[in-house]
Amino acid sequence: MHLSQTVLGVTFKNPTVLASGIWGITASSWRRVAQSGAGGVTTKSLWLTEHKGHPNPTIISTPHWTLNAVGVPDAGIEKAREEIGEYNAQKPVPLIANIIANTVENYGKTAAEIVTLKPDFIEVNISCPNVEDEFGKPFACSVRDASAVTKAVKAVSGKTPVFIKLSPNVDDIGAIASACAEAGADGFTVINTLGPGMAIDLRSRLPILANKVGGMSGPGIKPLAVRCIADVYRATGGKLPIIGTGGVMTGEDAIEFLLAGATLIGIGTAVSLRGAEVFRLVCEEMAAWCDTEGVKKPAELIGGMHRALSAQKS
Amino acid sequence: MTCGCCQNRLPVTYRIAEVRRETPFVQTFVFPVSLGARPGQFVMVWLPGVDEVPMSVANDDGKKLQITFFAVGDTTKKLAGLKKGDLVGLRGPFGTHYAWKPKQTIVLVAGGYGAAPMYFAASEAAKDKCTLMAIIGARSKEHLLYLDAFSRLPKTTVSIATDDGSQGHKGFNVDLLKEFLEGKEKKPDQVFACGPERMLVAVSDLCAEHSVPCQLSLERYMKCGYGLCGNCVINGVRMCVDGPVVQNDAARAFTEFGKVHRDHLGKKHTL
Repeated sequence: MHLSQTVLGVTFKNPTVLASGIWGITASSWRRVAQSGAGGVTTKSLWLTEHKGHPNPTIISTPHWTLNAVGVPDAGIEKAREEIGEYNAQKPVPLIANIIANTVENYGKTAAEIVTLKPDFIEVNISCPNVEDEFGKPFACSVRDASAVTKAVKAVSGKTPVFIKLSPNVDDIGAIASACAEAGADGFTVINTLGPGMAIDLRSRLPILANKVGGMSGPGIKPLAVRCIADVYRATGGKLPIIGTGGVMTGEDAIEFLLAGATLIGIGTAVSLRGAEVFRLVCEEMAAWCDTEGVKKPAELIGGMHRALSAQKS
Repeated sequence: MTCGCCQNRLPVTYRIAEVRRETPFVQTFVFPVSLGARPGQFVMVWLPGVDEVPMSVANDDGKKLQITFFAVGDTTKKLAGLKKGDLVGLRGPFGTHYAWKPKQTIVLVAGGYGAAPMYFAASEAAKDKCTLMAIIGARSKEHLLYLDAFSRLPKTTVSIATDDGSQGHKGFNVDLLKEFLEGKEKKPDQVFACGPERMLVAVSDLCAEHSVPCQLSLERYMKCGYGLCGNCVINGVRMCVDGPVVQNDAARAFTEFGKVHRDHLGKKHTL
């Protein structure tokens, strides 16, 4: 079974990618994830300068959902330089550098620094729902802001493909995607966490997260991710690659994402439910499903739902 | 891997059932709940409105869980101000635990408040008829923990070391371990250690030198406790999942063991 895919000139040995914010703080962690079978890894969001996160509790879960309000902590560009440099010196799988900033201008400045570290893709986090107290509504919630950030990053990114990470917390994710595509986006990551949501401790009557609210992820958000991927695929005519992420636990979930229009599959919360081996397991399950169904390679399935719908109409 | 459904990943607050003062700096909270914790595992302890910190479980007897902590940081100082009936959130248990076989001979090396989880390991191993030697170290007499509890365990000898010589051997607990391993007595089946990382490095070196299997508890900054955030990694290995208790061979393969830890931003610091 050929699980490998070449996306904008970068070859992934399989379509699974470690999602941003999970495990990926150090070069040695990215390497461990690659050893576990991931086709690619994404860094935790990188800031130009040091950014403090929220106090604990920052991450809580049930088997159905995870709420996180880590608050995007990072030590800044020097740490990114050291870790990415160390990883790239002997790179097992492609690296996606996820970046974040507080203004359009700073997105440009951050991208300009990060591009010198030679990541395979830049993923632009404009959609974190747990820093709204600090920065206001995410850039991903406005056509104008999302487009402006895309332009600022594309102005400095040179040949490095730029993926914009979109928020599900909008009326029309397709319109945001179209605007970013017009501004030069090379691809999309769909979706960031949902909400924010809240969980209350009954006896103390207080919200559990120190930030009170946090982004929702986990198996429960998968249908939302599928719909958003389908919307973005349709809005951009299926021309731009999508890293589909949100609630993928199994190979069949990954197949569903491909059918909706994803090219690569981001895996996050599942790491805490099926362990580090989830990447290998998802790949094996995808391959087994394709074998049973007579599908030669999973890439054939990308956007399959849209073609099935058209065929049904005609 | 522990699966999500048998690990409590959402904190629940419990009322403190009992507060015990162990030393002028250390106290124990007893909670009216068992989380099914094994020795060496940790729980995330949440003080609502303040912070949540990882702590080794000092005992979980199937009915009650206890933690023993040193009021050293902002959060633990605030925790120390709580009294019986106050609410504290708990989630877990997380991570790996000490493991042994029935009737083994085990040396337990405890430094500072590492004595609490070492006592938990000793009391459970004693139930399996293990022969135990506890070597307890602290800065001085008033910092020694769980001495009475250790001395009440069957088939257990207790040795003491204090930096200032105010009780027992003047010097490190590792000196006593060295003396024992270099002595004429039969080598123990295993050594368990919990304490400051410099002590762990010394225990690790001695055990490697004498070819004695050893399990060490490595402490790193924790956020989620179950493998998501990646903050607690040593050489990319998540200590909340594949630690905190690791075999000596694994610890010695980590280039960061005894050298590097990371803060809440993921920034490197030398130990």
